[in-house]
Order: sequence, then C-alpha cells, then structure tokens
Amino acid sequence: MPRLSWPPPWPLLLAAAGLLLLPWHYPQDGFALVSVWGEDADATSALAQAARHGRFWFWPALAALALCAAWPRALAPAVLGLAAVLAQALAVGVQGWSAPWLEALFGALDDRQFGIGLGGACTTLGFLWLTTGALARRGAFRGDRFVAGGVGLLALLILLFTAWPVLRLLAEMAAPREGFTAWASLAERLLDRKLLSLACVVQPVGCGVLWNTLLLAACSATGATLLGLCFALLVTRTGLPGRRALRMLTVLPLITPPFVIGLGLILLFGRAGLVNQAAEALFGWELGRWIYGFDGVFLAQVFAFTPTAFLVLIGVVEGISPAMEEAATMLRATRMRAFTSVALPLMLPGIANAWLVAFVESLTDFGNPVVLGGSFGVLSTEIFFAVVGAQQEFGRAAVLASVMLVVALGAFALQRRVVARRSYVSLTGKGDAGLPPQLPAPVRRAAMAVALPWAGLTVIVYAMALAGAFVKVWGRDWTPTLEHFRRAFALEWSAGGLIFSGGAWHSLGTTLLLAGIAAPITAAMGLLAAWLLARQDFRGRTLLEFALMLTFAVPGTVMGVAYILTFNLPPLELTGTAVILLACFVFRNLPVGVRSGLAAMSQLDRSLDEAALTLRASSFRVLRTVVLPLLKPAIVTALVYAFVRAVTTVSAVIFLVSAEYEMATVFIINRVINGDYGVAIAYCAVLILLMVGAVGLIQLLVGQRRLGRRAAVPA
Amino acid sequence: MTRLLLLLALLAPLPAAAQGTLNMLCAPAADWCEAIAAAFQRDTGVRVSMARKSTGEILAQVRAEAANPRTDVWFGGSAEAHFTAAEQNLLQAYTSPNMAQLPPWAQRVHAQSQGRCVGVSSGAIAIVYNREVLARRNIPVPQSWAELLLPAYRGEIQLPNPNSSGTAYTIIAGLVQLWDEDRAFAYLRQLHRNVNAYTRSGAAPVQAAARGETGLSVSFNMETESLVQQGFPLAMTYPTEGTSYEVACLSIIRGARNQAQARRFYDWYLTPAAMDIGLASNQYHVPAHVGAKADPRIPDMTKLRLIDYDIAAYGDAARRRQILERWDREVGSQPR
Repeated sequence: MPRLSWPPPWPLLLAAAGLLLLPWHYPQDGFALVSVWGEDADATSALAQAARHGRFWFWPALAALALCAAWPRALAPAVLGLAAVLAQALAVGVQGWSAPWLEALFGALDDRQFGIGLGGACTTLGFLWLTTGALARRGAFRGDRFVAGGVGLLALLILLFTAWPVLRLLAEMAAPREGFTAWASLAERLLDRKLLSLACVVQPVGCGVLWNTLLLAACSATGATLLGLCFALLVTRTGLPGRRALRMLTVLPLITPPFVIGLGLILLFGRAGLVNQAAEALFGWELGRWIYGFDGVFLAQVFAFTPTAFLVLIGVVEGISPAMEEAATMLRATRMRAFTSVALPLMLPGIANAWLVAFVESLTDFGNPVVLGGSFGVLSTEIFFAVVGAQQEFGRAAVLASVMLVVALGAFALQRRVVARRSYVSLTGKGDAGLPPQLPAPVRRAAMAVALPWAGLTVIVYAMALAGAFVKVWGRDWTPTLEHFRRAFALEWSAGGLIFSGGAWHSLGTTLLLAGIAAPITAAMGLLAAWLLARQDFRGRTLLEFALMLTFAVPGTVMGVAYILTFNLPPLELTGTAVILLACFVFRNLPVGVRSGLAAMSQLDRSLDEAALTLRASSFRVLRTVVLPLLKPAIVTALVYAFVRAVTTVSAVIFLVSAEYEMATVFIINRVINGDYGVAIAYCAVLILLMVGAVGLIQLLVGQRRLGRRAAVPA
Repeated sequence: MTRLLLLLALLAPLPAAAQGTLNMLCAPAADWCEAIAAAFQRDTGVRVSMARKSTGEILAQVRAEAANPRTDVWFGGSAEAHFTAAEQNLLQAYTSPNMAQLPPWAQRVHAQSQGRCVGVSSGAIAIVYNREVLARRNIPVPQSWAELLLPAYRGEIQLPNPNSSGTAYTIIAGLVQLWDEDRAFAYLRQLHRNVNAYTRSGAAPVQAAARGETGLSVSFNMETESLVQQGFPLAMTYPTEGTSYEVACLSIIRGARNQAQARRFYDWYLTPAAMDIGLASNQYHVPAHVGAKADPRIPDMTKLRLIDYDIAAYGDAARRRQILERWDREVGSQPR
C-alpha cells in the first residue's frame, strides 16, 4: 500500500483541477465555470464528459490521475498521464475519429470534440511537471526540480508553438505538383534559376534572390551594428550633451511601423523628392531613381535596424566592468590601448549578437523591400508573394522559407563559433568599483562623425514622414490639417457618456492590451531560457537553443500561414481568438529576449551563482535574487522589444487577426494600401507617442542596474 | 452529411443575435467593406464579423482553413482568385433569385464557375500618366499600346511583376488574347527597354506615378480615380487597340458554418441599394446591377473597347504557369 503524501505536490493539484473542476475544452462563445457539470458536454470538465456524456476517451487520463495521486513521486504514472492527454487530443477531432484505423478499431464515433481549453492546459502542465519532478528525483538535471520544470515547460511550448507549425509548413515543401513526383517537385523548386542565378556577375541583370538577400543582409547588418556601436559608445562613454535625446532618437525607428521609413526616404531621395529637386534646380543634375533597389532598401534597413543593434549593444557596453580598463591605464596603457585591447574585445559577444540579430532581421524584413525594392527581390518578398501572389504556391514558399531558415541558422552557428572560444566575464562577485572611462579622443571623434550626421538624417526622415499626419495629402497638398486625427480618434460626448467614435479606437485598445500581456510573458520566458542555456547543463541543450531560434528565422508571413494551418483544427483550435495572436507575439519575439539575456549573462561570472548555491539558496532563489537584478538592462531590452514588436508587427498577424481582434498595424496597412496615408500616419504618430510612454514606464518599473559607484561626481 | 448538418446546427451561435452571425472576408477598400457590413447588419439584424485582407491573403486563408472553415462569405477580389478556389473545391455553388438583373459579364462569371461565384463589380486597365511629369519633359500623352514603345518613354513606364501581381497577369493575358502569344511577348520584350521597374505589388506603379516617381504606369482605372480624387495630377487613357478588365466576385465558402446567413447576404448584395454603397464610399468600380447608380467618372463597360477576356481559360493554373514561365525567360531575365 503506497503512502499518501500530504500535502500532495502542487503539480498533482494542478492536474486534478484541470481534469475535475475546469471546463476541458475552449468555449467558442464565452466561458462559464458554473456549467462544468452541466448539460452542454462541450462546456464541462473531463470527468463530467466521461461520466455523464459517454466520452470514454477521457478515462485513461483520469485513471492516470488516480495513479499519480497514489504514487506522486513515481515517473511512470506521470508519463502515462501525459501520454493519455496527448492521445485523446490527437485521436478525436471535429469530425469524429481523426484517423481511419481508429474508426476501424473502435467503430464509428458519432461525437466530436473541439480544441482544448483551460482544463486541458492545466492538466497537461500538471502531468508535465509531475514527470519532470520525478525525473529530477532520479538525478536528471542534477536533481534540480526547478531547472527540470523550466526545461520541460520551455520544451513543451516550443514544440507546440514553434516546431510543430514550422514542420507542418515545411511538409508542404515536397507537396507534389501536377505531373511531378514529390522529389522532382522539391528539386525543381530548389534549383530554380530565380533563386540561385549568378548572372548579375557578368551581365547587367538581376541575380538569384538568395544572393541578393545574403548581400543585403550582410551589408545592412554591418552598417547597423557599426552605427549601433557608435551610438552605444557615445551614450555611455562621453559627456556629450543631449545624450538622452540621442538615446530616444535611436529607439524611434524601432517603434515605427516599417513602411513609414521607406515612404519618408522616398519623399526625401525619390525622383520627385526634395534632394533630387534641389539638385536639379541648383546644379541641373538628374539623380534619378537610385533609391529603388538595393541602395534604397539598404539605407532603409540600416535606419530600421540600428536601434535593434543599439539596444543589444548598450546592455553589453554598460556591462563591461570599468575595473579592467582602470587596471590597464594604471599599467600605463594609453586610453586608446586600453580601449582597443581591453574594452573592445570584451564587447565582442555583444557585437556578434547585434550583428546576428540585425542580419536575421534584414533577412526577414518585408516592409522595406516591398516599398523600396522596385525590381529588386529578396527572399522575404518572394515568400510573401509565393503565398499570396498570383501563383499561390505554398510549396515554393516552403522551399524558400527553408532556404532562409538554413541561412539564418548558419549565421547563428557561425556567431557561436566566433564567440564561444573565449570567456568574456567581467562582472564578478568581487568588489566592483569604477566609472566607465571616457572614449579615447580619436574614437570619440570617429563615432561622432558617423553617428551625428546619421542622427540628423533620422530627424529629417522622420519629420518628412510624420508630416504626413498633419497635411491634407502627403507628398502633394501640404496644407496643414488635423482632420486625419479627427477621423481616427474622434471622441463624442453624449447623454450616455463618452463615445469613442473614431475608427481607430477599437484596434488601438486591442493592440495595447495584447502587447501588454505578451511583453512580460516574452521577457520572462526569454530570460528563463537564457538562464537555463547559459547556466545549466542538461542533455538536449543545443537542441533547445536551436529550436528557440527557429521562429526568428521564419518570416512573419510564413509564420502566419503556418499558424493557421496548424491551429485551425483541434487539439489546439485557436484561430480567431486572442490566444493565437499572443502565441504569435511571444514566440516570434522570444529569440531576441533569449539573445539579449545570453549576451548579458555571458558577462556575469558563474561564481556569483555558485556562491549563492553554496549558501544553500535554491536555484529559483539564485535566479531571483542574484541573476535577475544584474540582468536589469537585458530585462528592459526584452520587455521593450517584445512590447514594441507586438505593436508594430505586420506580416505575421495579417492572417491571424479577426473582426474581434483587429490590430493597429493591420488597420494602418489597410489604409496605406488604399493610398490613405493621412490617417495611417496619424495613427503611427499616436502609436509612437504611446510606445515612447511605454518604454519610459518599463524603464521606470524595472529600474537601473546599480553597480559600484556609477554616478560621476560633478566636476 | 447529417453529421455535418448536425455539426453546423450545434455550432450556430447562441441567441446573442437572433438572426445569427456572418463571418466575412472582404478584399476591397476598408471604408467600403465597413459600410457594407454595417448596412447588412442594419437591414437584416445579422451580426457581421468582417475582416479586410488582400485578395491573395484571403485565398491563402481560405485554403489553409479548408478542413474547418471559419469564413462564410468572401466579398471582392478578382474572379481569377475565386476560380482558383473553386478549382480546389473550396467554394459552395449557389444561384440567387436576384441573378436576372445582373449585366452579362457578371452572369457569365457565375456560369463559368458552375455557380460558385458571381460578379459584383468590374474595372478596366488603363494607361495612367502623371500630367506634370509629362508636361515638364515634353512627352506626348500615349493613346495606344503601340505608342508606349516610342523612345520618348524610355525609363518612364512602371509595370507590376506578373509572378506576384494579379494586375500584371491581367495585363499580359489581355495582350495575349488581343494579338497572339508570340506577338504579345515580342511586344513585351520591346517594351522592356522603356520599363524602369517591375514592382512586386500591383498597386505600386500607380502610387509611384501619383508622386512623380515614374511618368507612366499601367493600372486599374478605379485605383487611379481614387488617387485623382485625392488631388494627385494623374490622368488616364484607354488604349485604342482594346484593354483588359477584371471582374470582382462574391462567393460562399464550402462548409461554412452560417450557410443561411451567407445566402441571405448573397441575395441582399445583388440588389441596387446594396450596390450603391460602393459609390457612396468613394469607390469607382462599375456595379454589377442594371439598376445601380454608376459614377460618371468611370465609363461603363459597354463604352470601352475591351479585349474579349476569357477568365476561365486564363485563370487556369496550367495556362498561367506557362505564361509566367515564358515571361521569366523572355522578359524578366533580360538585361536592361
């Protein structure tokens, strides 16, 4: 007779609540706890469905729960429970048995079930944590139940929301085309001349899109990283007046829906733009259409990704302990030498990370190439138009997406090789004190020469772009007006109170709400993942890291299509709900949270954690009281990035929005397609203001990392 | 089948809206879509959930949802896209009692698709030019496809890329039907010299022409007219040889959960009152009802010299692939 333990482990309680108390399925019209034992089978708990409504496929899971209650520490019942939940979810779909052999085995089923809901989710998590707990007791994960549970949770979520949709889509790759076998279709799509042609080397024609994409991504990433580094250095290591303004400015492009930059550049550098008109009027030069094609997309992408690079780099540059450079200076190294041989090498992982992030962002960027590309095509635009264009070929899109995936993962592997060889730890537990040294004069001058004109240009491009909100017809009739704001954000007072009569209120509310929910989840998961990857040793770590990067390398459009292909059917029936949008935001932006966490973590000495562990702190406590406070810049980055990206994403959500959950960017894009730039830009302006507010609020809430004496004594 | 019906009955939403719900995907301009949704809701009491997406996005979504459709009605977007969906058995055939009053071009689409979609509006391709750019450069206004080959237009014409744009395919397929395939491609090769870019999106060239980024484009008349109304210096001519046109369609999704409401919408839209909503929201399509008001700025289909465009034959996937491959080989890959 097994001994019942009291209190039972809380994962068991979770699984029990999910099976006995909560409605198992996701209700299509609202949600009520009172009906868990009611007449409507789809609104009841698993126990009620099995006992009252003859849904016998819930009995195995219920039996597993009983076994777990009897032996709460054993592995087998927990695994059995997980398997039972999975099996029932996959076996019965919207039209009865989901496979013919099940029908043959059990006979026809005159019943169906929809996607799992709260009960199903709780039970799955409960059984999962019972399993990982039992594994930890057997010595896996060094016996650490917190680590085991964290790894289990991440693995499950990534399996569900990243690997499954991506694989589901990639399976389309070999979808046979009429008259071809699967292999021939795959080969034909892969060896396409439009993908791989190198003709542009010898002739004035376009090259294959793969080469276009690689060249563009490498150039944009290099440009953005260089500029980001200059800004990061100027902000942290000089007494430059207006540093805060500069910091704000570099964040501006990040919080702008992508096409605004492209259109601002056209108004400035386009054939009919200001610069061209001036050149023609003053010197009689015809500058032509250089902005359409590689040059223009490059310029726009550098604008767009400099802030991302900056955000990754600032945490790193701030994190370099001044003590080392002080030591170098005391050993009579010049400032220049201390900078180049101490500080710069310590920044290397940050630089490599920033470059990688910008490279992959450029790879998957869709807005800029589509506005400025002209005839110049890249992978992301090809994929988009393979799906929604005149051909509607999911197969070709899947092939192109997998090529993009390989490139992105290749960049990721390369960066790991470069960075992994050395140690970059500089924040240790030992008394750290010192001020970040000033930049050596030549470096400062160089950084200023690069960054300040760029900052000026940014201001001009933004002024051009945002002017669209305040004039009648952008690029044509520059009469000032506030009409566009009135159309989007009108408020009316009536007897019943305030009426939000503007067209934009609904989507604005939804956007802010969903982004506000998604950001903390993204940041928490990202940092948890980073901590597990950087600090814990377990089998399958590399695999987990690889899986985490997957969504980053998949362009938004592809992700959107993959999500509706995967989540339109039970067991996860999420299309048209807010959950699918949240999942899309969280898992699309998770990689940046992970990267910034990893970059910051590579600077923290393990001995800090080890000291705490030696003092018998649990690993959760180490994470909470030692690691997290030192990671504040990374937390800010992850929160800001997750929030901002959730607000500004276009391509992924366009397939996922429904009438109830309309997003701001989709509203904007719909107006842009119609040529109605005024309302679109007015809305962008409001979004920018709101995001500036949100970024400020996040910084205020999280606070600054306090290291040593960091405030300079006023001279 | 009974099981499916049972399923549909169970899925019909609860009494919240006594008249039920209609899930609509809508391809034309957002203002128009919203006006239609609001008017139908007002007239019938059916709650409308409408999302606006581009035609290609709608087709991709309908395909991806095939096993468990969430959409009841697909409004707007070219007939070719509806035909592609019909070919893949994604649409439900329906014949409305209000069909009789539709013009021949709208009925023909219905017949060709075996009742799976019906024409609701149409528009024609025009040569669009920026008046100011042409005046400044002393370039004459072109009147025909042939005149576009003149050296004066070198680098001034912008076209969409048929690999991604339905508009471009309509233009090219029209030329193939106007002359024959060899002559059409010979023409496109010569035109290539005068083209400054083949954009990915079909609406991009006319936007570029509006702001003077290119002198001319070949685009749909309704898109151009919208920009003219905003105050851009655009004007258009219809080529003397004849021009292509598109028919926008309405269809019901196969397996839709709200079939009754979908049919109700279908019948409702094929009335003059519903078709006048487009004009009221500043859209310049030709409505598909003899009794509907037409905008004087957009010529009626009968007044234009149209190419005899066979939507069924040129909407066919194999024919399309063959034309696109030839375009890539003979035009798209040529040096400039």
